[in-house]
Amino acid sequence: MSTRTRTLELEIMRYDPEKDKQPWFQSYTVPCLEDWVILDAINYVKENLDTTLAYRWSCHMMVCGSCGMMVNGEPSLTCKTFIRELPDKVRIEPLENFPIERDLVVVLDDVIQKLHKVQPYIIRKDPPPAGDQEYIQTPGQLAIFKQLTMCINCMCCYAACPQYALDRNFIGPAALALAHRYNRDNRDQGKSDRLDILADHDGVWDCSFVGACSEVCPKHVDPAAAIQQMKIDGAVEFWKQKMGIPGGKP
Amino acid sequence: MEHIKADVVIVGAGGAGLRAAIAVAEADPKLKVALVSKVYPMRSHTCAAEGGAAGVKGADDSLEMHFNDTVGGGDWLCDQDVVEDFVQRAPRELMQLEHWGCPWSREDDGSVAVRAFGGMKKKRTWYAADKSGFHILHTLFQTSLQFPSINRYDEYFALDLLHLDGRCRGVVAMEMRSGRFFQFDAPAVIVATGGAGQVFPFTTNGAIKTGDGMAMAYRAGVPLKDMEFVQYHPTGLPGTGILLTEGCRGEGGILVNKHGYRYLQDYGMGPETPVGHPVLKTMELGPRDRLSQAFWHEQKKGNTIETPWGDCVLLDMRHLGAKKIMERLPLVQELAHAYVGVDMIKDPVPVRPVVHFMMGGIDTNINGESPMPGLFAIGETACSGLHGANRLGSNSLTDLLVSGKRCADTAIAYAQKAGASGGDEALRAQAEAIVTGVRELLQQGGATETIAGLRREMRTILEDCAGIYRDEAGTQMACEKVAEFRQRYKGIEINDKSNVFNTDLQSALELRNLLDVAETITEGSLQRRESRGAHQRLDYTERDDVNFLKHTLCYRQPDARPRVEWSEVLITRSQPGTRDYSGSKN
Repeated sequence: MSTRTRTLELEIMRYDPEKDKQPWFQSYTVPCLEDWVILDAINYVKENLDTTLAYRWSCHMMVCGSCGMMVNGEPSLTCKTFIRELPDKVRIEPLENFPIERDLVVVLDDVIQKLHKVQPYIIRKDPPPAGDQEYIQTPGQLAIFKQLTMCINCMCCYAACPQYALDRNFIGPAALALAHRYNRDNRDQGKSDRLDILADHDGVWDCSFVGACSEVCPKHVDPAAAIQQMKIDGAVEFWKQKMGIPGGKP
Repeated sequence: MEHIKADVVIVGAGGAGLRAAIAVAEADPKLKVALVSKVYPMRSHTCAAEGGAAGVKGADDSLEMHFNDTVGGGDWLCDQDVVEDFVQRAPRELMQLEHWGCPWSREDDGSVAVRAFGGMKKKRTWYAADKSGFHILHTLFQTSLQFPSINRYDEYFALDLLHLDGRCRGVVAMEMRSGRFFQFDAPAVIVATGGAGQVFPFTTNGAIKTGDGMAMAYRAGVPLKDMEFVQYHPTGLPGTGILLTEGCRGEGGILVNKHGYRYLQDYGMGPETPVGHPVLKTMELGPRDRLSQAFWHEQKKGNTIETPWGDCVLLDMRHLGAKKIMERLPLVQELAHAYVGVDMIKDPVPVRPVVHFMMGGIDTNINGESPMPGLFAIGETACSGLHGANRLGSNSLTDLLVSGKRCADTAIAYAQKAGASGGDEALRAQAEAIVTGVRELLQQGGATETIAGLRREMRTILEDCAGIYRDEAGTQMACEKVAEFRQRYKGIEINDKSNVFNTDLQSALELRNLLDVAETITEGSLQRRESRGAHQRLDYTERDDVNFLKHTLCYRQPDARPRVEWSEVLITRSQPGTRDYSGSKN
């Protein structure tokens, strides 16, 4: 911990659709503590310099996923981005690839719809165990999908994804990783239900495997690897169905 | 103004709100649910809960023991009918979550694992590493997506309740992206907006925890109950107030002062237990109120470590080893490393008590019914009498599920019976008046006060005068200051005049809510002249069952301090006794 201070110049993108034709940048000089994250500096602006600045944040502990922004061009969780790792001049913009709602707030409707679309819940063909009995799931079976449950929906991966930039119909990293999370959960029997969506041309096959999503993911979910595994799973599933092999669960 | 009709309106889409929404949708897909939240559901603060959720699991455990731990932990201010029902429903609710896909941590045989927690006599805390709340929230959110009858209104800020002839009839909210106002009409309104930690300067609670639901109910004439009971969690990171879960101690972490001494043994929680072999319900596994109070005494004695972010003690986890820490506590390891630069595998972590949870809230009974028909409350925003004077760690995540489900069943029955009851014109006029109030706030000039400045002053007073220890003069002063802040609030000016995502306006509305909640905390702290659980008075150091085995009820008065009334505590089978957290018990 340190009490040293450092002055940062923040260039923050501003946009109010009620009065601005296009986004513009506003500069703020912020006296920062060396320990701060960039969100602290933005909060300083809001509290002391300009109360009109709009952005989302809440937990300040890397788990609510609200505060994703572009920091010097990188999709970043701002509560996890320490100023000690940044130069004296920092440019803050709303997440790339999303329409801007206001200042640093982006419109999330599309990705929220995509989360709906992949049916991210346990689907059963057989009845579940009795109400007081759990499904048996060994630590090994849990480990198969555990990392995929870590997604906080900060949407940094969509901001980094070159395919989503080109084609907004692409389901995209977080939603595909979420589908894969349920496909790999031994309690789930819905893999074949999700197949149509995932194997569609907007699904896994649209991914060009650049891996930018995994690089920016603050929770190390690795959606790129998930999508590659789904391509294999999807191909196997497709041929199983084609050849009339029942089941479809590994 | 837009107009939405529903059968049940739920305000707040965290763990409790989502659980209730699913329960309504499962019960009858024809019932229309409007789920209104100022944030997207997965941003809700349930996500920050780390340690786990309590429910009897092991063969060596019993409902009786969970009941006794909870009632004793709550210093006998719990309503025991609520506790009995809670412990009985808890395992089924946690198992339901398992069936919905919650990634609970597991034993080698594939069954759900449980861990030790403070004040609990048995291991009964279900956990998903140290992200239990996060996984519960996301499991509920994802599960909710399969129900078309749940209509979500994400990023709608609820302003005030609508009520007519003593019945709650709906709520008015503002859509953040457009600034448009919406009138939600429903016979049943469930408030599930969580806590109000932002009343204090140093809290584990996220920025959104501004007591909105509590304040709305309070303004509608519904009392807030037991608000003086504010839980300080003993292990927050200095500076940020980020929580280091009680699971750290459940897994075997120890607390030492600046001399390396395990000071808890000096505060009725000894004798010292062997390092690395935690013993349930004693030393580091004592309850949160006692641990935070012990810190206060150590600070007075000069045994704490000075840091620029306040005095600290040390949480030492090194003996757990890297493997266990990374398997069971990976999030807190990352957080401590990132925010204070300490790797808990190699070094002890500085920690200090931090405001964490409101035991008090909207006055409800076992079904989540408030005294106003049609208004229900669940989760942290409610005070059903479950937690009493001090909540045990891991009882609150379970409460989201138990109270969410039980309240939904009651609300459905109520909504079906109540139906539409007329008075549309009166309700519309009420909604218009609420909107006019917001428009006037947005337009008013003056600027004698700033939102951030007033908020800072409020927080300082609350911490100084209504913190871990309180007294008559301090709480009296705090009451007067909060009343003054409410007057001064009229002098704020909102610089942002936009209709689109106006967070300046939202902050002002949140500050109004914080001030409403603050005055109930300070008034309750003043009027409760005894020491019980999390409410400790330096001038009334003993529990006083003759005069104060009662709930505090704060009623709002428009231009005066709140009126306080008292209500009985329901005792079924556990008479008030001594809270013994020494290792010599039994």
